[in-house]
Amino acid sequence: MNYSVEIKVMPLKELLDPQGKAVMGGLQNLGLENVEDVRVGKNITLQINAASAEEAIELATIASKKLLANPVMEYFEVFVNK
Amino acid sequence: MKFGVVVFPGSNCDRDMYDALACDMQQDVTMLWHKEKDLSKFSKEDCIVLPGGFSYGDYLRCGAIARFSPMMQSVIDFANDGGKVFGVCNGFQILCESHLLPGALLRNAHQQFVSKNIFITDDTNNVFKIPIAHGEGRFFADENTLDELAANGQILYKYCDEKGRITDASNPNGAMRNIAGVCNVNRNVFGMMPHPERATSKGLGNIDGRIIIQNLFMAEQLMK
Repeated sequence: MNYSVEIKVMPLKELLDPQGKAVMGGLQNLGLENVEDVRVGKNITLQINAASAEEAIELATIASKKLLANPVMEYFEVFVNK
Repeated sequence: MKFGVVVFPGSNCDRDMYDALACDMQQDVTMLWHKEKDLSKFSKEDCIVLPGGFSYGDYLRCGAIARFSPMMQSVIDFANDGGKVFGVCNGFQILCESHLLPGALLRNAHQQFVSKNIFITDDTNNVFKIPIAHGEGRFFADENTLDELAANGQILYKYCDEKGRITDASNPNGAMRNIAGVCNVNRNVFGMMPHPERATSKGLGNIDGRIIIQNLFMAEQLMK
């Protein structure tokens, strides 16, 4: 069965995110003063042929650990689209 | 000793590196295409160089995709067997992504690409003027790793001012502890953000880069 798996990759919380800071400046210029912080990450979608959702998650986790995210600077979360 | 310079799609300092090593420093240099994987003509005395540039368009993360190219598989084996490997700029990023060097290189703290001459110092207080040109050169590792690097003498170069003082103002990208270059525990894998290959020609007015390359790889040769 084909599963659509989404992987959210974000910079580690303790790290400075210059991209987020730049976007924050843009939002302030827009007048959205209630926005207090911005962090920018990535969303990656994989189409995975697997026997079960669990297997799809397992494969996406391997992909994330080996290539899609770098644990030195990022963390990731895996979601299966229903 | 021989040098091999790996060419990835998106490498753009490969010819500079070749020119610096072959023409300015009279070394035996071969270009190595990323799709090949034969390093059989290189021995432990030789050095594989990963040049600067934007391998694979810097997609995903700088250096992340280059790590899985056929040539990099051979380079990783070569390094693990004790062969010398030297990464500059994008090459340094590839070495970190390949886990041959600790840490990671993050987007510059000030959010800008920076291209200028800076100063770096080694652990014997020599000061070198070397160009940098990067957007993602902020060296990062956790505190334990940084302490280990310092304790093992693995920090090759730190950003400093003209007089060798290691200050926040002389740190061009926000690198932790002003780190510009590191090596592995076994001292056969070296990475740095500054570009010594851009400072090897008298005609260009700066030959500090020659000393960097000589100190790293040719010390034994020079003593002979």
